[in-house]
Amino acid sequence: MLWIAWKMLVGNRVKYLGIVFGVVFAAVLIAQQASIFCGLMSLTVSQIRDVEGPGIWVMDRNVQFVDDVKPLSDNDLFRVKGVPGVEWAVRFYKGIARARLEEGLYEQMILLGLDDATLVGAPQGLFMGSVAGLRSPDAVIIDDAGYRRIWPGEPYRLGRTFEMNDRRAVLVGITKASRTFTSFPIVYTRYSQAVLFAPPERKVLSFVLAQAMPGIDPTEVCRRIDERTGLQALTRQQFLWKTIDHYLQKTGIPVNFGITVLLGFLVGTAIAGQTFYLFTVENIRQYGALKAMGASNWTILVMVLAQGVQVGVVGYGLGVGLAAVFGWVVKGASRLAFFMPWQVLAITAVAVFLIVIVASLLSIRKVLVVDPAIVFRG
Amino acid sequence: MSSRQPAAEPVAADLAVHVRGVTKEFGRGSAATWALRGVDLDVPSGELLMLVGPSGCGKTTLVSIIAGTLGPTAGEVVVLGEDLVAMSNGRKVRFRRENVGFVFQSYNLLPALTAAENAAVPLLISGWKRRRAVEAAADVLAELGMGDRLAHLPSELSGGQQQRVAIARAIVHEPRLLVCDEPTSALDAENGRITMELISNIAVQPDRAVIVVTHDSRVYSFADRIANMEDGRIELVEVGPRA
Repeated sequence: MLWIAWKMLVGNRVKYLGIVFGVVFAAVLIAQQASIFCGLMSLTVSQIRDVEGPGIWVMDRNVQFVDDVKPLSDNDLFRVKGVPGVEWAVRFYKGIARARLEEGLYEQMILLGLDDATLVGAPQGLFMGSVAGLRSPDAVIIDDAGYRRIWPGEPYRLGRTFEMNDRRAVLVGITKASRTFTSFPIVYTRYSQAVLFAPPERKVLSFVLAQAMPGIDPTEVCRRIDERTGLQALTRQQFLWKTIDHYLQKTGIPVNFGITVLLGFLVGTAIAGQTFYLFTVENIRQYGALKAMGASNWTILVMVLAQGVQVGVVGYGLGVGLAAVFGWVVKGASRLAFFMPWQVLAITAVAVFLIVIVASLLSIRKVLVVDPAIVFRG
Repeated sequence: MSSRQPAAEPVAADLAVHVRGVTKEFGRGSAATWALRGVDLDVPSGELLMLVGPSGCGKTTLVSIIAGTLGPTAGEVVVLGEDLVAMSNGRKVRFRRENVGFVFQSYNLLPALTAAENAAVPLLISGWKRRRAVEAAADVLAELGMGDRLAHLPSELSGGQQQRVAIARAIVHEPRLLVCDEPTSALDAENGRITMELISNIAVQPDRAVIVVTHDSRVYSFADRIANMEDGRIELVEVGPRA
């Protein structure tokens, strides 16, 4: 009987495509918008993810997210180092600097200052120059996207210079780095150099990066740092989610994307539900004939559900497939954020499941109440 | 030539259909309409009975009740020895599946299925494997002269051919009661005659009763008996030319 259900469904191509279109429409919109949302959220924490090595970030107690820098005093570094369970701790500068380019143009840049001795937090995707080059005077490494932004169309070349805070910066490396929420170029340099490039302030230490001793739970070390220094210590993962939480709660981003996702869901449900219902109404005499011939209500129910599932599977596959192709195309061709984790696929699957259920319920009611005697009415 | 229907009597063993005092009311209160006003009817196995009468006289309602797709308001309905009035809905569904074949006025073929697949539907409903069911249906279609149209969709068949597929579908599972609702009304005279020949020659069997609802007087000659209905009652049961 499932086979009959399938043949009935695909036999009416216009209706079938209409129902599938409704599900595809919803799946594309939900998957695509959710992926862009995830992409944006991913951008907000890219600088945390790119700093590999330290497991603990220590910061002022009032810091809410990674770009919310509230400088610490230099003494705080030593206080953190003194906490039992801390294997090592280093300085980390993060700020915005204004760069004056060779052509006299100005550009905002994200300035990251790495510990002079260890260069902890150095970029991992260097494809031109070397991290060791940072030890040279005035040396900076810039991210690939930043290079193309300030010198568009020009070939990669080390030794280029620009100025920050009236000080010369010399390019010694180019690296791949994750895009940031602001899309500013990212400049890496030594901590001692960064404080010279940055606008003068009384306190300049943005974060302390620390590592827990082997065998000690980093969460426990964070608790100890909190307790003994009064600072806020978070594991890398905690800081990441704290930043995402901030954007979720304090910005309109989730609401805007949520509205689009909801619209996709509603419109998809309306199209799929209405077309599926019309398909059922059109076939009501056939269902009546099947019931007259001895098909039980349960059999009819399974047939309609099977049709719904078939439409759902095809619509879901096409929908997330199209969304993925869209993401793949725009990711290469534009700066649109797009990140499709498995959770997006799961959420889309649940949404499609609900659409199919709603669409099927309307039709199920219709076929279950149909009187088999309908077939005797000319 | 004609005889009155006998009064209520014990159900004989060879009676496929035994109906006594059946009424059917549609609607309630002032909107109530009586479609059947006390019908008595017996149909023995091996007989082709035609239910005839003007539109709205209750033919379709009566045949729906006999086929188990509609319940009576009152009365006794015993089909193939089973009391349909006392039967649960689930049991009625099984009863129809196993014992009743249908030929509908508008064929009611599934447009997406081929002739052989359409004819196989009752077997599929009974749980047969698709391949085996379609093969069995193809044999019946061949018997009905449709052996060269097995893979055709209903839209590729003439009205007469579609009705033959419907007949094949009605008898493929060898039911003991065949109910045909206006089987010739959508056909021209020649196809109507062929359809009735197939029903009377192939569908009528010693252990199967056939009830044909019609007001096509051209096909009366195929009947063993003709029950004339008028205003919700059987007024007259005549012995047909075939008897």
